[in-house]
Amino acid sequence: MLKILKYSFYDLMRSRWSYVYFLFYLILGFVLLFLNNDVDKAVITLMNIIIVLTPLIGTIFGVMYYYNSKEFTELLLAQPINRRKIFMGQYFGISISLTLSLVLGLGIPFVFYGLFKSAAIFNFSLLLVVGAFLNFIFVALSYNIALSTENKIKGFGYAILMWLFLAVIYDGVFLISLIIFNSYPLDKFSLAATMFNPIDLSRILILLKLDISALLGYTGAVFRKFFGTNIGMFISMSLLVLWVVFPVLRMNLKLRKKDF
Amino acid sequence: MIEFKNLHKRFGKLIVLDGLDLEINKGGIFAILGPNGSGKTTLIKCLLGMVIPNKGEIFFEKKSIHRQWAYRNNLNYLPQIANFPPNLTVIELINMVKNLRPKAANSEDLIELFGLKSFLDKKLGNLSGGTKQKVNIVLTFMFDSDLIVLDEPTNGLDPIALINLKEIIQKEKDKGKTILITTHIMSFVDEVADEIVFLLDGKIYFKGTIETLKKQTNNDNLEHAIANLIAKQYA
Repeated sequence: MLKILKYSFYDLMRSRWSYVYFLFYLILGFVLLFLNNDVDKAVITLMNIIIVLTPLIGTIFGVMYYYNSKEFTELLLAQPINRRKIFMGQYFGISISLTLSLVLGLGIPFVFYGLFKSAAIFNFSLLLVVGAFLNFIFVALSYNIALSTENKIKGFGYAILMWLFLAVIYDGVFLISLIIFNSYPLDKFSLAATMFNPIDLSRILILLKLDISALLGYTGAVFRKFFGTNIGMFISMSLLVLWVVFPVLRMNLKLRKKDF
Repeated sequence: MIEFKNLHKRFGKLIVLDGLDLEINKGGIFAILGPNGSGKTTLIKCLLGMVIPNKGEIFFEKKSIHRQWAYRNNLNYLPQIANFPPNLTVIELINMVKNLRPKAANSEDLIELFGLKSFLDKKLGNLSGGTKQKVNIVLTFMFDSDLIVLDEPTNGLDPIALINLKEIIQKEKDKGKTILITTHIMSFVDEVADEIVFLLDGKIYFKGTIETLKKQTNNDNLEHAIANLIAKQYA
């Protein structure tokens, strides 16, 4: 698996898009710090960007890589390698290279700014951890979609729809349902609904850590009331882990029966 | 060496293999023939574990290949369409495949034979179809394995490369290897194959030597003999 991982990783590191992605974060980091001049505020702004953008990039890279390397995957499948290892290698190769772009792109400007002397270092690290989780989650989800969809265009469409649903539509539906059913107790419903969306989960996790009540929103407030800050963070973090584990398991299950 | 037992495979409503039984003994060149869509490639992909049959079993050297992968170390496969990652160079690809298999490889002679020396540093995306097929052949024959599976090996090759390919196949056969070939070029079959396996409607319709086939169909010309078999399907 490590060999496949290495090749996928090098292949992506060679692609122009990894650098575009890295440069984007680099410029974003510098601009935010120099406009804001305040690490705490920059972290909040970054959160809003990361929470929407990393899933999108993860989704697109995942689907694109799968379809583009299809022929090559077939060449690998005829070699004496376990097919699970081929796909796990590719999956980790994409996720790690995307995470590296994120961590380096944002890390460099923050280090220049004097992050290590600032108290914001924990908030900032949490932001990167959440970004990494979102990368792993959305690459896994998009790989699942690509594995189940033979047609490239359809697969791409489904993947973008998935992102749109989780990043935008889900919140809308959620809010509408809160308004419609506002005469009922909705605490448990909203708690459960949050857990089914990794983007909401990440947002709550960061806001719990930053401790900004004004931004927590309804679900965040319920979350904190229900679990408290520390347990709440622990639970949302474990749920993010599950969000990685389940799509990866589904991928392996799908691979057992898949024809190439 | 290889045994297919009651193999069934369907893609949606389309039945491709329908209770196929086939046994292939060690040594010799076997041509797998059949009309378009008769399941030749599916059969080969089942053997490689790329397509998973709905029913039935496949044995390679007396062991079931179900969910196995290590057996592929004793098997070389030439895929039908040679599409490689476009941003790798030829030599990078060759080294990479070598790196992925725990076996010694001899690629120098083959590179020399097919005149690929000047292409080694070119990107695979910039190569012509025939040159890609040559690279494909090098990747297949550089390992020493008991079974060699060739899916349409003559695609896009120029006459010299074709002669070289025939020589390599002959050499491998002399070493006692088993070689499976699918192709639509009958003169190629006539020249190299020892036995013919004819697929029709997902089953083995004929298995035997070229001579037997010619006798059975009362035809001296292999191309016409095969056409005769296929015509029965259209009738």
